[in-house]
Amino acid sequence: MTVAEAPASVALHRRLGLTDAELESINERLGRAPNDLELAMFSVMWSEHCSYKSSKRLLRTLPTAGSDVLAGPGENAGVVSIGDGLAVAFKIESHNHPSAVEPYQGAATGVGGILRDIVAMGARPVALLDALKFGWPDDRRTRGLVDGVVRGVGGYGNCVGVPTVGGELLFDPTYTGNPLVNVMCVGVVASGGIAHAIAPTPGSLAVLFGSPTGRDGIGGASVLASASFVEGSAAMRPSVQIGDPFAGKLLIEVTLELVENGLVEGMQDLGAAGITCATSEVADRGGTGIRLDLDAVPLREPDMQPFEIMISESQERMLAIVRPERLDEVLAVCRRWALPAVVVGEITGDGDVVVVGGGTEIARIPARALASDVPEQLHQSAPPTRRRLAPAPGETPLAHDGLPERGMDPGAVLEALLGHPNVGSRAWVTTQYDQTVGTDTIEGCEHAAAVLRIKGSRRALVIATDSQPAVAQYDPALGAQMAVAECARNLAVTGARPLGLTNCLNFGDPNVPEAYWQLTESIRGLSEAAMALGIPVTGGNVSLYNESPLGRIAPTAQIGMVGLLDDIDTLVRPQFRNEGDIIVLLGETGPGMGGSAYERLAGAAPDDRPPSLDLVREAALHTVLRRAAAERLLGSAQDVSAGGVAVAVAESAIWSGLGADLLLEVSISPAASLFGESPGRAIVSLAPEHWSSLARLCASHRLAARRLGAVGGNRLRIGLVGVGATGAAEERGAGVADELDVALDELKRAWTQALPRVLGVRA
Amino acid sequence: MRVAVVVFPGSNCDRDALHAVQLAGAEGELVWHETTDLHGADAVILPGGFAHGDYLRAGAIARFSPIMGAVRAHAQRGGLLLGICNGFQVLTEAGLLPGVLRRNATLRFEHRWVSLSVERRDTPFTWRVPDVITLRMPIAHGEGNYWLPDDQLDELEAAGRVVFRYTGPEGNPNGSARDIAGVIDATGRVCGLMPHPERASEALLGSDDGMLLMRSLVESVAAAPARVPAAA
Amino acid sequence: MAGYRFSISIMPREGILDPAGKAVEAALPELHADNVHEVRVGRRVELTVESDSADSARATVDSLAADFLANPLIERWEISAL
Repeated sequence: MTVAEAPASVALHRRLGLTDAELESINERLGRAPNDLELAMFSVMWSEHCSYKSSKRLLRTLPTAGSDVLAGPGENAGVVSIGDGLAVAFKIESHNHPSAVEPYQGAATGVGGILRDIVAMGARPVALLDALKFGWPDDRRTRGLVDGVVRGVGGYGNCVGVPTVGGELLFDPTYTGNPLVNVMCVGVVASGGIAHAIAPTPGSLAVLFGSPTGRDGIGGASVLASASFVEGSAAMRPSVQIGDPFAGKLLIEVTLELVENGLVEGMQDLGAAGITCATSEVADRGGTGIRLDLDAVPLREPDMQPFEIMISESQERMLAIVRPERLDEVLAVCRRWALPAVVVGEITGDGDVVVVGGGTEIARIPARALASDVPEQLHQSAPPTRRRLAPAPGETPLAHDGLPERGMDPGAVLEALLGHPNVGSRAWVTTQYDQTVGTDTIEGCEHAAAVLRIKGSRRALVIATDSQPAVAQYDPALGAQMAVAECARNLAVTGARPLGLTNCLNFGDPNVPEAYWQLTESIRGLSEAAMALGIPVTGGNVSLYNESPLGRIAPTAQIGMVGLLDDIDTLVRPQFRNEGDIIVLLGETGPGMGGSAYERLAGAAPDDRPPSLDLVREAALHTVLRRAAAERLLGSAQDVSAGGVAVAVAESAIWSGLGADLLLEVSISPAASLFGESPGRAIVSLAPEHWSSLARLCASHRLAARRLGAVGGNRLRIGLVGVGATGAAEERGAGVADELDVALDELKRAWTQALPRVLGVRA
Repeated sequence: MRVAVVVFPGSNCDRDALHAVQLAGAEGELVWHETTDLHGADAVILPGGFAHGDYLRAGAIARFSPIMGAVRAHAQRGGLLLGICNGFQVLTEAGLLPGVLRRNATLRFEHRWVSLSVERRDTPFTWRVPDVITLRMPIAHGEGNYWLPDDQLDELEAAGRVVFRYTGPEGNPNGSARDIAGVIDATGRVCGLMPHPERASEALLGSDDGMLLMRSLVESVAAAPARVPAAA
Repeated sequence: MAGYRFSISIMPREGILDPAGKAVEAALPELHADNVHEVRVGRRVELTVESDSADSARATVDSLAADFLANPLIERWEISAL
């Protein structure tokens, strides 16, 4: 039977998630109706998850150019040169829906998948970071999700021997029905040894190696990632993918050996939409076609249908494009590592993906129709009717943020913030991750940015991931900008300069105008911040349809950033160093408590707004921090973010065991000065003799620098002075203390207990 | 001094161990588990990782690897043999060291910095460790809970074959019997420990206490009778 | 009231990838057991239920197995009275 003799039934395309308009487009591209197998291939390739059809036009507006960028969006991972003949490959990806269905395997296969993306570029993975978001963990189901996801991330990463050195963990009711699991991987590759997912030459062979193909994730990509959660999630059960980290480790070694020895023309990993995706993408990029023999594909189960083989998402598989004269060597490498490898196809010149089963051609689709020529889905964009914007930069701050009448004891608030699971110690999670395998980890999960040395060089990689969903809920563009700024700031406090950023955009249903508006705004904000800070966007991932019967998640742009420290000796750490060092606040404190951890704790005041972000001032802060580090002026540097100045100082104190005695001038309100999260600020400590150099440096960049006090003792004391603090008592509200004075031990206890307490486990 | 670091499928600390061995001044070589030839190495290290995925039981499959014949013969000849983490598990499964490493008492994978007391400073693995110091290095394992029946533990201790114990404020991270972190065999030339000395071989990494063990190993000469402790 | 003892054998579902079984099977040739195939690795739980009747004890174990001891998504199980 030829391909043309079996047209698909009318309703099938709808059942597979394709619209009528899309079916028409398919008919146009084929010049006829597709058969069932072809329809299945289109349905997965044209799914949101694989095609980015709703977001492509927006993503094109991101700034991707940079003189050191060697590979950008569209490749398996972004790659940036770091000198010494080396380059760093990195990317962040989501595995949200699978993790909600089966948390351990969802998270594990998320790690496995992102590792393969890095390895497919020929880069050896050196670091993993995981950004996790859950609903409030006081119920059994959420606790089960947290436990499963953390064990899954650790289970895979630890086994393959790549250290998990950072991440983010946030609990918020917005994620109750829809947890987020975003995993970032960073790898190192020789600049001249980067592999690409391309099949450039007709006559080359397609070699499938790794685990056999089973029924994992059939329809997973399109079904799970492109559809919101509804009743009947139980019906999605057969779509779960199972990870085998041992096979994953072997796959890493084989892939790197093949690439490093120049044995392959192209390399592609098999992820969403399995063989269909891998083959169509390499052919499309190469302007070639591929003839695939299904009977050659090693199967794990008997009686698999052609469509099952073509869209299976069985893990730990890669596709190598190999010149015939190199085939024997390639197979020998795979044999040595006991990894099955077989020729499954041949590259042709006709541009078509041809599937042969039982000796007969059973599908023929132009590669571009599957991969790059996917009709974009246009959506309406509409902002919500009521919004609260940030104050414009330079706007006169309000005398109060409506907070004093809430009444507060600053010390109690600080303890509550440190004891909040979004702020306190992550040790309960991070002690389940191997952070030091590889013997390159200088700073792991304990602090905001991970630092990895590069053996044989003085350089180090600095890596961070951040998001600002609470602010994005008010203003998606601002939330994205603040996430980029925070990441860059976390790099800057170590002394590192940013090389590039990757982003995972987690949003709701693009068919809902407000959700699409959130996506549009976030990409706009991301773009503005990246341009202002001079950081190229090297690639990323979009996860849409993050909704449940409980509603849509807050717009969550997860930013991952990699930076370079030219000399590891100049690394600045965030904990205080010496008694007697002076503590300085760099940058101006602005108004706006909207989206802050304080707001989460104390509740939002009716007129609360998020703080504003001045990207020029932010850039100036980063420049000063880098210069100060290079000139070895600083003893410590810590960014001001969640919980504001008080938490930043408390963390530096807890991590060092050294207290501090400070005086804080209150110009807006006590809450804003102590706990406000206005960006563009850092807390640094330094030997007194370096103060004048730092002050000069700040002045030359018009960056505010205020001496707050000194490191010493075993308590944290912050006295409040100034108009806001000493205004009329009746205005401020009775019972508002003029100072914060807590023993370091108490702060540490609150900080240590934060996660265990809310999860109901022992520390 | 030539040190062979065995690589099983799934080992992931092999290059770390090699790096530490080289820092300690020896020639090191990675040896694939399928060979049966150690190329005359003076010392052999079985590194950390998840050999064969640690499926079935940690180290249970690796002990049947072709290289293990050569490893056994090496030990029988008095060659130095060090098992780190997964390597320790392989040695117990292979019967080259007593005991078994069970699942951590916390039932979780634990990555922590620990303090170790060194009870035997007269072994080829510890003779470079100065008196009265504790060693700081990381552990990273899910199955490091050392166990033997009580009577055999008594014998082990009486024979002076416990070399490392968890101590200090961090305490015992995995519930190991009698806080045992590492042991030697009756000849004193086969040693296994769960913590990772290769990850504490440079101050930059947080501690270089592990280098004391690597240097002890590397600077030992294979047939120096003075270094072999009397078996009780 | 009496004590009813059960065993629950939990195995990966058919078709589900079993990395442990796969690794064990791959190692068998080394033990000269290359005539051994289709290795699947699971686990076994034994427990006692205090109950008025065998039926109600069994009902308890049924729901424990489905809700807790096994992961119905990827595992199947068999309950035997001991």
